[in-house]
Amino acid sequence: MNFFARLYYGVRKAWKAVRLYLVLAGPGIVVMVADNDAGGITTYAVTGAKYGYQLIWFLLILIPVAYYVQEMTVRLGAVTKRGHAEAIFDGFGAFWGWFSLLDLMIVDWLTLVTEFVGMTAALSIFGVPPSITVVAVIVLMAVIVLHGRYWTFEKLALLFCALNLVYIPGAFLLHPSVKQVLHQGLIPNFAGGFNGQLFFFLMANIGTTIAPWMLFFQQSAVVDKGMLEKDIPWGRFDTLLGSIVTVVVAVFIVVVTGTVLAGIDVDDAAQAARELMKTDRYVGALLAIGLFDAGLLGAICISLASSWAFGEIFGWAHSLNTKIREAPWFYATYFLMLLSAGIVVLIPRAPLVLITLFVQVIAVTLLPAALVFLVLLLNDRNTVGEYCNTPRQNLIGASIVIGIVVLSTLYGVSVMFPNLIN
Amino acid sequence: MRAFQDLLAKIRQINGRYRQPRIAMSGAVRWALLALRLYLSLLVGLMIYKFILLATSR
Repeated sequence: MNFFARLYYGVRKAWKAVRLYLVLAGPGIVVMVADNDAGGITTYAVTGAKYGYQLIWFLLILIPVAYYVQEMTVRLGAVTKRGHAEAIFDGFGAFWGWFSLLDLMIVDWLTLVTEFVGMTAALSIFGVPPSITVVAVIVLMAVIVLHGRYWTFEKLALLFCALNLVYIPGAFLLHPSVKQVLHQGLIPNFAGGFNGQLFFFLMANIGTTIAPWMLFFQQSAVVDKGMLEKDIPWGRFDTLLGSIVTVVVAVFIVVVTGTVLAGIDVDDAAQAARELMKTDRYVGALLAIGLFDAGLLGAICISLASSWAFGEIFGWAHSLNTKIREAPWFYATYFLMLLSAGIVVLIPRAPLVLITLFVQVIAVTLLPAALVFLVLLLNDRNTVGEYCNTPRQNLIGASIVIGIVVLSTLYGVSVMFPNLIN
Repeated sequence: MRAFQDLLAKIRQINGRYRQPRIAMSGAVRWALLALRLYLSLLVGLMIYKFILLATSR
């Protein structure tokens, strides 16, 4: 009897914890899965086609990297009740504040263009013209944010996150050799020797895992959701779960393209989907659907990151819990970003390849600054009090920041001067 | 014109509000910000150089 009583108590306690998590889940999972945006899917698809399963081990290393960086935004948001842009203005003054805000705006807008490029390319596989895709996406995104509740937006975003998992059944449909995946993928190695091209791919994978807008988005989402200090452990769990999910999805994309397209020159995810359709039309279709979903989720989060940041600094009402008449500038920024990015994609002969490269270079200038500010703010007792970084967290955080700064700089330089690193 | 003036006034107000950094300016913070300035100057310099290269190669 005692056993059954304890079992009942244990199950009830676990169920209560799950229900509490479901209430608090959101910012961590959404930001991490949205990080697998159109650019991310393209990077993983091309990585798999180029190197097969051989870089899976490297993707797994990125789980703790993504977690430790994003976890700091949870603490900063929950303690200060301020978004990242406002925290930088307040902590470091107007000069660094404007620098971060303008850089964020430029990089977000350029990234939004790449999301539209991904979405239009994905639906063109099914014969949908780009103009229809752009209009449909803008209408859908208007519906998602205009109902005036953060909660509803978050749950819809989580639904899109779930759709991001299509790559998992897609990989199983191709029947890859599990033994080969584990053998080639989990033993650290540098496929074909460490050369400039491999280095470029490693840096591209890092660049798609940690992006500047993610810091701004998650901190603002934590504030908009109303998370408090007591919710930090759940925020951490949410972030950890998100970082695991995002890397698992990335691994399965690599498995999909590594199984069928290994050794084939692939330039982007849409091309990978077309190539896959020749082998298995369902898997090709799943890759295209996943690419569209990734672009949509990325576009929603990136637009919101900018709107939140501007709202915080200009003092406009900036919450998804407000109606459009209560926060007109917040929604105006959101739609202005969306419309302008969507229109660029429809311009004939727009320099979309140049824009894609430019995103990477501009992101490199913002990422180190945002990371340095994050670590410094998390070391300021006046700002976060008892939630300051511990020496261990500082050691891990500083190592990650220095590593990312060095690698992302080399990445930026290699994008600008491709022949320099060989 | 009126909207532009309002925007400028708002920016001046923001600059005034955040004139003084609130973070404690310890040696480590000063060093980190200096390193960041140098890093960004170098990167922006490289971008301008690349831009000039692109512009003159046409």
